[in-house]
Amino acid sequence: MITAKPATAHTSTLRLAGSLAVAGLLSGLILVWAYLATAPRIEQNHREALAAAVTRVLPGTVRIEPTLTSTDDGQVVFAGRDAAGNLVGYAIPADGPGYMDRVSLLFGYDPARQRIIGMEVLDSRETPGLGDRIATDPHFRANFTELAVDPRIVPVKRGDKTAAHEVDCITGATISSEAVVAILNRGLQRWRAEIDATISTGGSP
Amino acid sequence: MATGDRRYARVEFSKGLWRENPVFVAVLGLCPSMAVTNTLTNALVMGGATAFVLIGSSLLVSLLRRVVPRPVRISIYIIVIATYVTVVDFLLAAYMPVAHKQLGAFISLIVVNCLILGRQEAFASRQPVGLALADAAGMGGGFALALCMIGAIREILGMGSLLGVPLLGDNFEPWAIMVLPPGGVLTLAGLLVLFAWVRQRN
Amino acid sequence: MDDLLFIFASASVINNFTLAYFLGLCPFLGVTGRIDTALRLGLATIFVMMITALASWCLNTWVLPHAPYLRLISFIVVIASTVQFVEMAIRKLSPALFRALGIFLPLITTNCAILGLALFATNRGYGLVQGLVFAFGAGVGFTLALLIMAGIREESELAGVPALVRGAAMSFFIAAILSMAFMGFAGLFHGS
Repeated sequence: MITAKPATAHTSTLRLAGSLAVAGLLSGLILVWAYLATAPRIEQNHREALAAAVTRVLPGTVRIEPTLTSTDDGQVVFAGRDAAGNLVGYAIPADGPGYMDRVSLLFGYDPARQRIIGMEVLDSRETPGLGDRIATDPHFRANFTELAVDPRIVPVKRGDKTAAHEVDCITGATISSEAVVAILNRGLQRWRAEIDATISTGGSP
Repeated sequence: MATGDRRYARVEFSKGLWRENPVFVAVLGLCPSMAVTNTLTNALVMGGATAFVLIGSSLLVSLLRRVVPRPVRISIYIIVIATYVTVVDFLLAAYMPVAHKQLGAFISLIVVNCLILGRQEAFASRQPVGLALADAAGMGGGFALALCMIGAIREILGMGSLLGVPLLGDNFEPWAIMVLPPGGVLTLAGLLVLFAWVRQRN
Repeated sequence: MDDLLFIFASASVINNFTLAYFLGLCPFLGVTGRIDTALRLGLATIFVMMITALASWCLNTWVLPHAPYLRLISFIVVIASTVQFVEMAIRKLSPALFRALGIFLPLITTNCAILGLALFATNRGYGLVQGLVFAFGAGVGFTLALLIMAGIREESELAGVPALVRGAAMSFFIAAILSMAFMGFAGLFHGS
């Protein structure tokens, strides 16, 4: 550490405060400008990412409407409608503990047939090459294109799937696969009653 | 710029790349970077963002070196650095959303990279703009280069690919540990030994 | 409750700040050589982390919704000044505690793990209680890593290690092995 030169020892408090204030002001101006310049684009990226995820879990969707909003954590369930305006299903966000850390999913639920019709991993830190295959493994993902939810979704060893409510796990990533199933069950338990209520009162707004 | 100055600038630039490489020689600025060097792509973005912040801050700090009162200089450097980092964060979120999501909070953590504040205090705050820029470019480049080396090694061994392109074929069993956190320090430790060995032989 | 337990376990061991994110490596590699120093530094860090969690929650709730672009700057400024304020308060109120923690407090402010804590808690949308539990977990995890490292270092000082590997390289090798060991905690909440 180099000691201050004698001359600077007398720098007035006013000058110190002044230079800090000027620095803060300039930085604030630059930040506001950068924020305003990039915000629309960032906003659009978020919207596109969300729309893409909803379209993937609800195949055939062209219009997306926010339908239910949780009062305690602000999560939103979206309704997806096809070109003719018919309800494809609901895109439900859900999360829970995985192998390494929290896993967040979005899944598509068709209330008319009581089936899950799509699942997308939004965010996870599962082991690369093992657990993270819950997002990419085609065989595992195929479980969720036509999955019955009653009595409840059950994970089974790979190749043992016989019933419509069973999920073939990934070999070498059993815990992550089971975590996905647990998260789906939790998500359904949380939203199903509300979704059914929405439908019986004459569809979404 | 006189010929002599230009030669100095070249010296200041090249020292960061090799002789005083911030990662392999000084072991600086690793905290916010180790966790995200598991692929070459991530390392490139992280190294590039860090170099950009370093060069930008050095330019500004060197320009203002006669105006900034010494007692508050550190606070002002931090304000400058934090401003650059926030701007980089916004730019990445707007134009490289995928990379931004991958790196998450680690982009913001560039602000506490000791390398950047260290260069301001040790070099940019007392040297003319040309030399400060050369130093920052060399150090930033050396840092990015080191991250890319680590990222490339980890991606090739851990996933059998480079920049997402499969390299080693289907028969290669990826060493999952390399893309996991321990792989980062393991690679770094190996490279440090290698560098020490090369220097010792010279 | 399950949720809080998971946050705690995740922050302290499964995703240990030092051994999984490599935040706070500088004190981890530089300061630790003696167990009692490591313990005090760890306790001071837990303390600062809790205060940071409180401060960042206040900022997130009252200030940042109006000015999201000030997040990073305000975190840094508020963390640094809060810690300094707390340092002064401790010195006045409890000289004994100050002697135990005192010299480490300013050092901790520059620890990347502190800013990392505030940023992670914000990104994950933690509330006040969750944030405090997260901070406590992260601090405990940091202390644990620091203690283990200090213990190993005390022993390895006397070990016959080739000169080439001594110093930073050896610390990183040790960190890598510890990091692998901590991976064993993954899946702790399987089936809950």
